[in-house]
Amino acid sequence: MEFFRYLGATTRESFTKLGRSSFFLISILSGIGSVCVRPRLLLKQLHSVGVLSFLIITISGLFVGMVLGLQGFYILSRFGAEETLGVMVATSLVRELGPVVAALLFAGRAGSALTAEIGLMKATEQLSGMEMMAIDPIKRIISPRFLAGFLSMPLLAALFSAVGIIGGQVVGTGLLGVDDGAYWSQMQANLDFRGDIINGVIKSIVFGFVTSWIALFEGYDAIPTAEGVSRATTRTVVNSAFSILGLDFILTALMFGDN
Amino acid sequence: MDNLNPTQDSLVSVHNLTFSRGEKKIFDDISLEFERGKITAIMGPSGTGKTTLLKIIGGQLCPSRGNVMVNGRDVHHLKRDELYTLRKRMGMLFQSGALLTDMTVFDNVAYPVREHTHLPESMIRSLVLMKLEAVGLRGARDLMPNELSGGMARRVALARAIALDPMMIMYDEPFTGQDPISMGALVLLIKSLNTTLGLTSIIVSHDVHETAAIADYIYVLAGGKVVGQGTPEEIKQSSSEWVQQFMNGAADGPVHFHYPAKEYMDDLLHSEKAFKPLFSRQRPPSDRNIKRKRYS
Repeated sequence: MEFFRYLGATTRESFTKLGRSSFFLISILSGIGSVCVRPRLLLKQLHSVGVLSFLIITISGLFVGMVLGLQGFYILSRFGAEETLGVMVATSLVRELGPVVAALLFAGRAGSALTAEIGLMKATEQLSGMEMMAIDPIKRIISPRFLAGFLSMPLLAALFSAVGIIGGQVVGTGLLGVDDGAYWSQMQANLDFRGDIINGVIKSIVFGFVTSWIALFEGYDAIPTAEGVSRATTRTVVNSAFSILGLDFILTALMFGDN
Repeated sequence: MDNLNPTQDSLVSVHNLTFSRGEKKIFDDISLEFERGKITAIMGPSGTGKTTLLKIIGGQLCPSRGNVMVNGRDVHHLKRDELYTLRKRMGMLFQSGALLTDMTVFDNVAYPVREHTHLPESMIRSLVLMKLEAVGLRGARDLMPNELSGGMARRVALARAIALDPMMIMYDEPFTGQDPISMGALVLLIKSLNTTLGLTSIIVSHDVHETAAIADYIYVLAGGKVVGQGTPEEIKQSSSEWVQQFMNGAADGPVHFHYPAKEYMDDLLHSEKAFKPLFSRQRPPSDRNIKRKRYS
């Protein structure tokens, strides 16, 4: 009995939360117009959300690409198909690992920071203070951060893929002796711009949207205490990871289902 | 205890206000008047919802019943734009100061001016320096909020609150946690700003002596009701036990020392129910049940 009551309460709570977050999203989107009037707010956020994530994305991308090079070589060499290593590395990065891993890293690096920042601003009454100065915190604080996250995500994912491909090349041609020309030409011949690259970019746009939304909502909805903010930060990372992986499955099924 | 003779000259009037947070009634049908140009204090023990009252007056929270008129306008029936226009004329000093932590003192004070006006930067500079001079912190303009002491942060916040020359200021616990010197400075500052700028001030506080020294009129709240009101002298001579307990700081009286609990002996002799349900979740006290005005 207790279990069912718990189940009911949890379900109801998650639906009300979904409702609140949808309203929140609508007000963020309606605030985007005013961000365009003040590009400086956006630039500052692009720096802290995007530029400061640069390092973690680059290094991770490099290592993921190198691991792909190693693993791919062992499998492909069994079938004597080492020269297709470039295709294998690039396809897996551009289609899947680039958008997904970059988004997971982004949620951990930038998403958690956004949640903590907004949550603390709420706890220290900065948001309420802005409201009392007749300044809408959604327009000045939330929307620029949302837009910055949304814009940086595809760029970071592209960077991740690009660095990963270089990492794969370093390992494949440098260490394992795959032919350099084959690595690049096979990749060029077999990677489709619309089918692979654009679809990967679409994925990363969706992930950027969802991750920024979750991070900002959790911060804004946090209980304004130390414990509340820490829980909200955890929820951001966990919920973002679930959403990214779940949405990745749906998007992959829709995009690559027929071939 | 209701205010029987509401003066025509009140800037803010609260009529028959009822506000509940979850099951608990914070205010139960209270009416208050705040006269123009005067300092009115709202006093009462912690947890009587004094800050909540300020948030209701500022339109951040909606009452369950009753209305709040500010300058002849019903705060909770205004459109969003109208509410924001009204708020430009209402300053509020938060307990924590609520300074934006990523800006210098100067930029914090300039912030509302930059947002709401199109003044040239040179004029903003003079304006901000004048406001900072008024609170005695012109020299601290380049400091960041984390470099300020609590009292200084509150004075900067005060300079910011008066930056747009509002008609009223609401002070939320201005004296809490201040050393005697900054407390004295704040008391003087509030009084002198009120007279020189012709403001209407509402002070929420539980610091009896400091508040009584500058207030023109005092309301004492307890248990969601107004338990006493009058000038500081009237309040000091009040016959109400509530007011006397509060003003004299007695530990026990109408406001009990003990939080409501079951009989002490029963509690000691009977252990807690041994069975704890497996799936019950302890939810921390949350402010989510509060009816928000809008998602803003």
